[in-house]
Amino acid sequence: MERTEAELIAAVLKGDAASFEPLIEKYSPRVFATARRYARRESEIEDIVQEVWLKAYQKLGSFRGEAPFEHWLMRLAVRTCYDFLRSHQRNRESAFSDLSEPEDDWLERFIHQPGAIKEDADAAQQLVQRVLQQLSPPARLVITLLEIEDRSVKEISRLTGWSVPLVKVRAFRARAEMRKILAKIAKDKYL
Amino acid sequence: MSSMKLVDLEKKLIAVARANPPSDRVPLAFEKRIMALIKGRPVQDAWAVWARALWYAAAPCVAVMLLFSGWAFVESAKTNQTPTVDLAQQLDNTLLAAVDQNNDASR
Repeated sequence: MERTEAELIAAVLKGDAASFEPLIEKYSPRVFATARRYARRESEIEDIVQEVWLKAYQKLGSFRGEAPFEHWLMRLAVRTCYDFLRSHQRNRESAFSDLSEPEDDWLERFIHQPGAIKEDADAAQQLVQRVLQQLSPPARLVITLLEIEDRSVKEISRLTGWSVPLVKVRAFRARAEMRKILAKIAKDKYL
Repeated sequence: MSSMKLVDLEKKLIAVARANPPSDRVPLAFEKRIMALIKGRPVQDAWAVWARALWYAAAPCVAVMLLFSGWAFVESAKTNQTPTVDLAQQLDNTLLAAVDQNNDASR
C-alpha cells in the first residue's frame, strides 16, 4: 500500500531517510521546471534543484503540516532560485549589440506585421530570455511570478517572504526596468 | 519605436514566455543522486543542534576543570608547607571584603 505524504515525512523525521525518496520522485519535475525559469545551463539547474532538496531534508523538522508539503517546497525552491540570481547577477548580459539574426528578424517582423508573428518561435523565446537576463534579481523574480506564471501578489508574498507592499513596489519597479530594457533595444535598432 | 509599440512588445514577450513553459524533465536517477548525498545525514532539529553543542562544549569544560583542580592542588600543597590561613578562610575574606570595608568606613 502506498504511504501518504504525511506518513513519509513522519518516517523521515524519525530517521528513516529512505522515505524521502518518493517525495523527491514526486516533486522533482515541478522543482526542475521552476529552476529552469531562472537558470539556463543544465548544470546550474541541477545544482539549484540539488540544493533545494538538501535544504528540504535539513529543514524538514520545520515543516508543520499546516499547508501542503508542495507549497512549503515551492517556497524553498523560489527562495533558492532567488539566491542563485543574486549570486550570479554579475553574469547579466550588458549589451544588446549581439542580438542574433533570427531575433533581429523576429523584431523586424513584430514592427511591420505584429499580428503575423508566432509566439512559439525560437527567436522569440531567445529574446525573452535575453530581456529577463538583463533584469535585476528582484525584478526578474517578480516579473516571472506575477506576469509569466500569473500568480497573485499575496501568493508571491508567501513564496518570497516579502511583504505585500514590497511585492507591489518591486513589481512596479520591475515593469519600469523591463520597459527601459525594451526601449534600449528599440533605440539601438531603430534610432 | 513609439511607446505604444513598446507596450505591445512587452505584452508580446510576456505572452511568448507564457506560451512556452519550461520543461519539467528530470535527469535519469536524479533522486538516487540526492539520496546518496543525504544518506547518513540526520534530520536537524533545534534540540539535536542544542544537544550536539552541549556535547562539543563538554570536553573543553572538563579540560578547564582539570586544569584548575591541578592548580588548586599544587597551590594547596604549597600553602600546607607554610601554613597561614586555610583556603576556606581566604574565600570568606575575599567574599566579605566589601562588607568589611563598609564596616571599617562607618566606624
